[in-house]
Amino acid sequence: MSIESLSGSGLVEREDENRSSLLEWFSSVDHKQIGILYICTALVFLLIGGLEAVVMRIQLITPNNTFIGPRLFDQLFTMHGTTMVFLVGMPILTGFANYLVPLMIGASDVAFPRLNAFGFWLVPLGGILLHYSFLTGSAPNAGWFSYAPLSERAYTSLQGVDYWLIALLVLGIGSVSSAINLIVTIIVCRAPGMSIQRVPLFVWMMLITSVLIILAIPALNSALVLLLIDRTLGAAFFEPSRGGNSLLWQHFFWIFGHPEVYILALPAFGMISEIIPVFSRRPIYGYEFVAASTLAIAILSVGVWGHHMFAVGMSPVYNTFFSIGSLLIAIPTGIKVLNWTATLWRGSIQLTTAMCFAIAFLIQFVIGGLTGVMFAVAPIDWQLTQTYFVVAHFHYVLFGGTIFALFAGGFYWFPKMTGRMLDERLGTITFWLLVVGFNLTFFVQHFLGMMGMPRRTYTYGDHPGWHALNAISTLGAFVMSLGVLVFLWNVVRSLREGAVAGDNPWDAFTLEWATSSPPGKDNFDHVPPIKSRRPVWDMNHPDLADWKTSRTPEDRRAPHSVAKLAAACFIVSEAMFFLLLMAAFITFNHATGATSRKALEVGRSALFTFFLLSSSVTLSRAERALRHSQRRQFLGWLGITLVLGLIFLLNQAYEYSGLLHHGITISSSLFGSTFFTLTGFHGLHVLGGLVVLTAMFVLGKTDRLSARQSDAFTAVGYYWHFVDLVWIVVFSIVYLGVLT
Amino acid sequence: MRSDICTSPQIDAMVASVLVPVLDPASPNAVTIRNIFLIVLLISLAIFVIVVTLIVTSLVRFRSTGEALPKQAFGSHTAEIFWTLPPLLIVLSLGVASTRLIYSISAAPLSQIAPTLPADIVVVGHQWWWEIQYPRSGATTANEIHVPIGKKLCVQVDSADVIHSFWLPQLGPKVDMVPGQHNFLWLEADRAGTYEGACSEFCGDQHAWMRFIVVAEPEAQYQAWLAVQAKPAQGPESTIALAGRSFVVAQTCLNCHEIRGTSAAASAGPDLTHVASRRQLGAGVMENTPETLERWLANPEAYKPGCKMPNFTMNHEQLQQVTAYLESLR
Repeated sequence: MSIESLSGSGLVEREDENRSSLLEWFSSVDHKQIGILYICTALVFLLIGGLEAVVMRIQLITPNNTFIGPRLFDQLFTMHGTTMVFLVGMPILTGFANYLVPLMIGASDVAFPRLNAFGFWLVPLGGILLHYSFLTGSAPNAGWFSYAPLSERAYTSLQGVDYWLIALLVLGIGSVSSAINLIVTIIVCRAPGMSIQRVPLFVWMMLITSVLIILAIPALNSALVLLLIDRTLGAAFFEPSRGGNSLLWQHFFWIFGHPEVYILALPAFGMISEIIPVFSRRPIYGYEFVAASTLAIAILSVGVWGHHMFAVGMSPVYNTFFSIGSLLIAIPTGIKVLNWTATLWRGSIQLTTAMCFAIAFLIQFVIGGLTGVMFAVAPIDWQLTQTYFVVAHFHYVLFGGTIFALFAGGFYWFPKMTGRMLDERLGTITFWLLVVGFNLTFFVQHFLGMMGMPRRTYTYGDHPGWHALNAISTLGAFVMSLGVLVFLWNVVRSLREGAVAGDNPWDAFTLEWATSSPPGKDNFDHVPPIKSRRPVWDMNHPDLADWKTSRTPEDRRAPHSVAKLAAACFIVSEAMFFLLLMAAFITFNHATGATSRKALEVGRSALFTFFLLSSSVTLSRAERALRHSQRRQFLGWLGITLVLGLIFLLNQAYEYSGLLHHGITISSSLFGSTFFTLTGFHGLHVLGGLVVLTAMFVLGKTDRLSARQSDAFTAVGYYWHFVDLVWIVVFSIVYLGVLT
Repeated sequence: MRSDICTSPQIDAMVASVLVPVLDPASPNAVTIRNIFLIVLLISLAIFVIVVTLIVTSLVRFRSTGEALPKQAFGSHTAEIFWTLPPLLIVLSLGVASTRLIYSISAAPLSQIAPTLPADIVVVGHQWWWEIQYPRSGATTANEIHVPIGKKLCVQVDSADVIHSFWLPQLGPKVDMVPGQHNFLWLEADRAGTYEGACSEFCGDQHAWMRFIVVAEPEAQYQAWLAVQAKPAQGPESTIALAGRSFVVAQTCLNCHEIRGTSAAASAGPDLTHVASRRQLGAGVMENTPETLERWLANPEAYKPGCKMPNFTMNHEQLQQVTAYLESLR
């Protein structure tokens, strides 16, 4: 009998299922499996990062300890911070977002499933690259924010920092691709009736977070790229001894770094905004205010990076600006806290493990937020920054806040993801171990900071009180570790023998609870009607349905093209990257621009600029031809575009060789460094564009491109026009001397 | 193995063993900062108590008792205004306070206020020690600063290599030492004492042992100390010390360390002209006595792993001679 005739029977299907399950996971483009892969990967790195922390705490348990030496200690705190931010925090939040967002908006997957898989696999790659450095003589050891010039070759000659730079670049690409995917999914793939005013707050938070990611990660990328060029190609962007500026690294890093902490916090806020209402048996209080305050936080967060640099000697004008901005962020954050509290007030509170973690989050986040307000008052920062007081502050918001919210989310959504409930008794034990352990570890560190203990010190002298408080802190770390282990045991045990969950064990409100646990391949058999912010509540409690008492605006969205929206998001991220490279160029050439420019042939470059800009015109013609299904004209105009782009690149190569002959290289002077970096990255973008356009040419030639795909082609066109626009700005700054 | 160094009680007895230095200020700026800190702390405690009381009350009063669903409330604009306005007012007041203090505490660059004068003290951060210069008197020392009580001094902080940070918890705000630029701070001690300082920006392997002290003393004592520090080294008298000096001159010691009065003029390592007059060695890793000095010379790496001073593998006799010479540099 043939395979086809057997396929109807269960026999063949069952064999296929078992045989391919591991392959299925590794090759999956399903958002639910990718989400779980993200979460599991993050948990592995949580154990590694946690171990690094425990070893440090053992070293610090007593003064003048010799458990480990300074070299290893420096690597441990660098790796601990880097791992927790980039290999635990971001992946696990991306994982939950990937899993939940399509379900919550009634979609069957994200907008770009294969891009989703790509984004995930960059995480293990980046993690392996980063940890490989341990085998090369030294893991990175310049701190998780790698200040220059300590992180330059002159002071850190082993390769750890190079691995750190490359790993972060890899991870950053993954983050941006996931962010673009989420934005497009949320804007375009919502089920009918799910207006943007009705999305669950977790979805709203992920939308805003994703926008922050596409703004912030490119800033980090520009810093990483510049430091990598310093370290490997001999430039001196951040080396003051050769004309560079070490504070430029700090500016670029914190332009990324501050939004980054909100990238780590907002998804947690989103989870809490889902969990507290469900276990108070009420809707969230003040949905619009929680949503609007998130927008306010995001906008403010891109303008306060200087509060990480209060002590570097900026002028009082800048310090004041950053101080006031940082104080203002307290307001929208406070609004959220009060709305969560108001949801509890007069609710009907069920203290499940998830709810316990959510309450602990609330209290601990308030503590962390209040110490943050202290730091916003710059003179207080001038005493307490770079001490254990700031270590306490950020662990309260990142661990006491985000990680506790993740535990809440874990207990809440584990039933949906696996079909089984986590054990509540083990959950209670986990909760108390973590609350006690966490607060023991970090509350005392506030005092250590006030008592004068700087951070990142591998040991300390026998100052009064330091030994006792450090010992308590180390004890707390062990208690916390125990809590994490109990949690992992709970997960393993519940996967095997946990109670069956059913579709909606919590009588929760949002769409993910309207399907099976775990959901089927396409998520929903059918999506329930969406007439309010709580469609599943409406379905299960029709007498008390939200849409009867609280009207929300109807879904009146305009159709969007996924390709064009994705291209627009990508362009925003690339724009940030170029913006900072241009800033670096202006910084180092504003005084000497005129003399350096003598080496350039402005006239010739202007001619080839004309070629490049013409290619935008010819590309628009090609777009129009495609839309009207005129295949020959499309290929003709596209061909001319390719030729024009190639001519531009050939001229750039010719120009480069001329400069090299005159001794102007990437390492010969800051003009050379900034010139080659800025125009070089632009050239790479032109090259990338040409590759994609060539692919489209081939598709057109083999007749596989039709008017239906004109949206995708237009999206590529957006990118090409953007690259040309960037060149106009680069040409003005570099060749014409605008702003220098 | 490490019990013989810096855990010795003497080091703590010598320096002020203040429990919480940030809350025990001894300079006008540090007092100002402590005061604003306590105000913000009080406001924070009040907010914390209010929020936690509301939360805990909710958990107790509104604990679920069965199937009855609570009233489904969606929000109230009035409530939002009610609880946004007071925090906004608090935040704005703190903003005003922060601005005023930023301006009053910051030291403007010397080029703006006194372009032709040098700073009172210039501190240069090195990996992992502090170079201290008194430009007007020509004194140079390391890791120990003396100041007269009650005088407001302008301190310029520089770096010779990576970013460090100059921090005295009892004497006012920290200021980073950034290579390639000069930063400034006001230093004023309003009472006598010995104040501990520490580097506060991770600067490499021995960041933990880049500490220093400031001794605030009456004007007369300060001037006497300064006069001694400004003088070149006196020639040693004992035979053993003379032998030590020959060794020091013949070896590469003077390639890193300056000893004014000899041929040395280096600043890769601390100035040793009056090293015996200092209270600590190795930027705070150990107290300064003949015994500890000899142990340091025998193996610097044992006390500050990663420090840049090589081990000269001196034999016992050479160690005694060099120690005797250095001890003569008062």
